[in-house]
Formats: sequence, structure tokens, C-alpha cells
Amino acid sequence: MERPKEEKEYSFNDSKKINRRLLLGSVAASAVIALVKTTTGQFVPAAVAKPASAPPDPTKVQGPPPGAVGTRSPFEQLAKKTSDTSSRTPLQSLYGTITPSDLHFERHHGGVPVIDPTAYKLVIHGMVKKPMTFTLNDLKRFPSVSRIAFLECSGNFRSGKQEMTPQEICGLTSQSEWTGVMLSTLFREVGASPKATWFLAEGSDAAVMTRSIPMGKGWNDAMIAYGQNGEALRPQQGYPARLFLPGWEGNTNVKWIRRIEVSDQPFMTREETSKYTENIKDGKIRQFSFDMDARSIITFPAYPVQLDKGWVEIKGLAWSGRGKILRVEVSVDAGKKWYPATLQEPVLDKAHTRFRFLWKWNGNETEIMSRAIDETGYTQPTLQQLIDARGTDMGGYHLNPITAWIIKRDGSVLFKPEKWK
Amino acid sequence: MLLLFLAALYIASCKGRQEDEMIVYNKNSAALSKIDSATETKIITEMPATFGIGRKATNAEIKAWDIDVRPDGKGLPYGSGNATEGKVIFTQKCAACHGKEGEGGAYARLVGAMGDTVKAKTIGNYWPWSTTLFDYIRRTMPYNMPGSLKDDEVYSLTAYLLYRNKIIDSTKNMDAKSLPKVVMPARQYYVDDDRRGGPEIR
Ligand code: HEC
Repeated sequence: MERPKEEKEYSFNDSKKINRRLLLGSVAASAVIALVKTTTGQFVPAAVAKPASAPPDPTKVQGPPPGAVGTRSPFEQLAKKTSDTSSRTPLQSLYGTITPSDLHFERHHGGVPVIDPTAYKLVIHGMVKKPMTFTLNDLKRFPSVSRIAFLECSGNFRSGKQEMTPQEICGLTSQSEWTGVMLSTLFREVGASPKATWFLAEGSDAAVMTRSIPMGKGWNDAMIAYGQNGEALRPQQGYPARLFLPGWEGNTNVKWIRRIEVSDQPFMTREETSKYTENIKDGKIRQFSFDMDARSIITFPAYPVQLDKGWVEIKGLAWSGRGKILRVEVSVDAGKKWYPATLQEPVLDKAHTRFRFLWKWNGNETEIMSRAIDETGYTQPTLQQLIDARGTDMGGYHLNPITAWIIKRDGSVLFKPEKWK
Repeated sequence: MLLLFLAALYIASCKGRQEDEMIVYNKNSAALSKIDSATETKIITEMPATFGIGRKATNAEIKAWDIDVRPDGKGLPYGSGNATEGKVIFTQKCAACHGKEGEGGAYARLVGAMGDTVKAKTIGNYWPWSTTLFDYIRRTMPYNMPGSLKDDEVYSLTAYLLYRNKIIDSTKNMDAKSLPKVVMPARQYYVDDDRRGGPEIR
């Protein structure tokens, strides 16, 4: 499987075997066990459901009484697809637009920290009138807001073989209803200087993740989120509080946020220089690529579905970090003709939008694909258009090409991978 | 209007300390008066600038967490180190994962000077700021014991990795003054994001 260079270089996956042997024999053995645990341990679903069996007639036996916590049907075996650096949302198995919190994608740089909410604090300092510390309770006392928005990793593109599911190709995007306090409210509370241009957001994970964010985004629509889909954030999404920047690349949405430093220049952290930057033409390296461009993917029919001749409802997701989805177009003849798909209302700003398209398949081999158009007038490009714009050395971040599915005469559906290197 | 305002002021002053006031925020309130005379509740139509929630951060609290280093050197601590010392520490604490001399192993290759044949992105051919190296190593390396290095060790490791990437020579001392002055070969290639939405693909 071909993977963008950026990921490959530091992927745990590529050298897993050598690595464990090597590490266990090294001076660092004890700490390494923890590493193995965090990288593999957390990915094993806590309770792998037993093979489901139902009574022959459910009307003839009493079912279990009401429980304290609901469970997924044992017939629904939903899981994220894990590697040692990330885990991916099963886009092909979901309905509507909200990602169940336990299926939200994950990408961390130092594992998932355990943070005691009663000990949690957020410090805001730097170019402010009054440096301040907020407890989790403090954050919850401020006026709150909720918004539904997607969160996508900018490294969200995989290709290389035909047997790939939507989850494998682009499962590093998920959507939640986020609740929290507007960062602008906190900026006013501390008296952030009007002269400040950047702030540093820092997490309390083992990576002590840091990103520099323009103050404009902070004043505009940034949130310190503590709620996700009606409950507290999941640890994997930053419990007890994270930065949420609608429409911006996942990594900038610093999880487990502990500190904000207001400044008049970017800090040039490793995650905005060595990583999360991309090669473009003429040897240039593009930096601070914050906005996630518009993208869509057909999630049904997609590999490994076996399609029957006749009516098919093509379904998928479209989203843009720059605003609302204006239109999604679908082609059922390998891109010759495009037709508008139906968008599920309400279409929200910077949010996964469900599209549907009715089609009667006549059994001939063909290719189906979708492209998203957002309210800025941007049309989701082909991979070739991206190569034309960025050059053949283009990096692995911010790749949002049109995804095509090949439908064979026998009804099998295959991903159409394209090569560029 | 003016009379009303004066009346409001009068009532407010009669009430004594402002903190005892009852206030409601109602953006859409069409009320002429800013005081509900029946209950003496003040109505405001703009959110208060501050809520008086949270406390002043102590200097100790900020100092304990403020570990970032900016390209201009702000945040670099007292201390120093050079490549010779750095090599010893690297062998002990880093080589198991990054290769004997940073040539890569189970994890990232760290060495590859600008212009040589190394394909991987490295400190030498991709990192635009020298200060990032200090900040990152101190913040989170070694991966199995993050945040365990002393400042002198971080300076030494920084010097060693800069030396191995042919950016400084082996005897050069790295400290809060000299490190920000080291110009990284890749810096000239960095440009700001030029994507703007709209019809053009960039
Ligand atoms: C247990 C294995 C391990 C050890 C030991 C280790 N590292 Fe790392 N190092 C990693 C991993 C894994 C990453 C990538 C982390 C990530 O991106 O999430 C990394 C990344 C780095 C990077 C960034 C590379 C880049 O191009 O962005 C530097 C620099 C680095 N390490 C330096 C060191 C130094 C110096 C030491 C010794 C003090 C050290 N490492 C010890 C595993 C290790």
C-alpha cells in the first residue's frame, strides 16, 4: 500500500517487528512495554462482542430489564481500523452525519493521557492584561455553545490497491456535536492584547503537543470544547477539554489543552514545520495550511460491497472546511456526465453533509464517483489536478481527490487507486 | 431619556455595592428602561466583557508549564552543550530508536544534510528553525521517557544533531545566544499557505 511519505517515515507499522525486538533488548525496556501497550492495547475493543445469537422467537422469552448503560446490538460489529499511529472511522457503516463517539478517528503523538478532571486546569498567559487559570468547572460556568462540525486529519488519504474500503481511504474524518466555551469569551476574560497575532495551544499528553494558531481564528470561531455528542469528551478526543477549530486540520485542534500563550509571532513548533507541511512546486514547502478543502466520498456502494442489478441509492459524505457544501455531483459513467445529488437538510457550515443519488444499474462495468462544491466556488479536484497544481513531489497532507469506485459485471466494487510517485 | 438614565444611576447608587446588583442579559430586550422598576433588575443587551470566573495565574504555575522556545530564542533556558557531549548522550538515550548516529532505525531518520542523497525528510533538509529542535527534544524525547532530559543534555543533543546534519561544526557550543543564530538550510523553501478556496486548485 502506497502511503504519503510524511507518515511513512515515522510510522510504527512499517517496522513493527524489528522495533519490538530491538526495544525489548534495549536499556529502555521497561518504558517500551508501556509504548507497546498504548499503541496496540488501546486499539483492542474493550469488549469484543460475542458472536450474536437470537432466540428462535423473541416474543416467547423475556428480555433483559432496563440497564444503566445501553449497548450496541451484538449483531453490529462496528470498529475502527487501527494502525500504530491512527485509527479510522468506519464511514461505510454509518448513517446520517454524526459519528458515534467511540468510532471517532484517532491520531495522537504521545498516546492518550489520563487526566483527572478535578485536577485539570487551563492557563492563559503571554500578551494578556491578566494571566489566568481556569478549572474545568470554571470553563463550564461561562456561556456555552454547541455546534455540529467535522474534524479531519490533514493526512487523511490512502491509496495503493483496489481492495480498500472508504474507512481505509479516508477514515480520518469524523463529526460530532461539540459543546464548550468560545475562546473569544476567555480572551476577553484575560484581556488578550489587540496587538497579539498568534497564540500557542499546548496539550498535556506525552507529546506536550503544540501548535501556533492565528489570533483571528481564536477570536472568530475557536472553542474550548468539553462536550461531545451530549456527554463529556472521550479521552481519545481530548478529555476533559480540547481546542476546537471548525474546518481546520485536525492536528491544530489540540487535545487535552493545558496552556494558551498569547504572542505576536508563531512559535514554529515541530508539528508546524517538520510535520503538517507539504512539498509543492519548485522545491517549496507550504506551511500553515490550516483550512481543510472540500471533499466527498461515496460510502455506498464501495469495496467490499457486492452489488445487485437494479435500483441503487448511492450514498456518501461531503464536507468543506471553508463553509457549507453548495452542491455534490455524482457521475455513473467514469466522469463523462455529472448530475446533482440530493443533500440532506440541514446543510451546516463546516460539517459532514449526507448526499444521496438514485441510480438504476444495468449490470455493465462502470465507474462511479462524486465531487463536492463548496460555497466559495471550490470544486473537489481530481488527483491529476492536484499534481498539476503542486507538482509530482507533492506531499501527503491536504490531499482531497475525487474517489472513484469500479463496478464490475459480477457486482463486485473496487477502489480505483491512482499513482503519482 | 436623560432623566431615565439619571434615575437609573440614582437607583444603582442607592443599592450600594455593584456586586449585589441583579442583572439579566437579554440581547433582544426592547425595554426602554435599563431597569425593571418592579424588581430593580438591571437589563443589559450586551454581554459583559468579563464574568469574574477563574483566578489569576501564579508565576510559579506559568513557569512550570511555559517550556516553549520561539525562533528568536525567547524561552531558551540557561545552559549549554556541544556535539561531542551530545554524541555520548545520543548513543545512550536515542540510538536504539533513531540509529547509531541518527541514520534511522525503528523510527525516524534524523540525519541527512541538504543536497545529499537521503530521500527522507530530515533536520538537515527539511527543518526550517534550529530552535524547534531544542523545543521538541526537551518537550517529548526520548519517546519512552518524555521530558526527562536536563537542559544541558538537550543543548548537547541539539548540537550533535546539527553537527551530524552538517549545519555546525563539532566544537561549536550551543546555548541561548548561539542556537537562534544557526540558520537552517531548509528555511528559504518555506512559504505560507496560498490556498484560498474559490475555483483555483492550489
Ligand atoms: C523509544 C523510541 C525512541 C527513542 C528512545 C527516542 N525517540 Fe525520537 N522519536 C521517536 C518517535 C516514535 C518519533 C515520532 C513521534 C511522533 O511524531 O509522534 C520520534 C521523533 C523524533 C524527532 C523528530 C523527527 C522529525 O523529523 O520530525 C527527533 C528530533 C527525535 N525524535 C529526537 C530524539 C532524541 C534526541 C532522542 C534521545 C534523547 C530520541 N529521539 C529518542 C522514538 C524515539
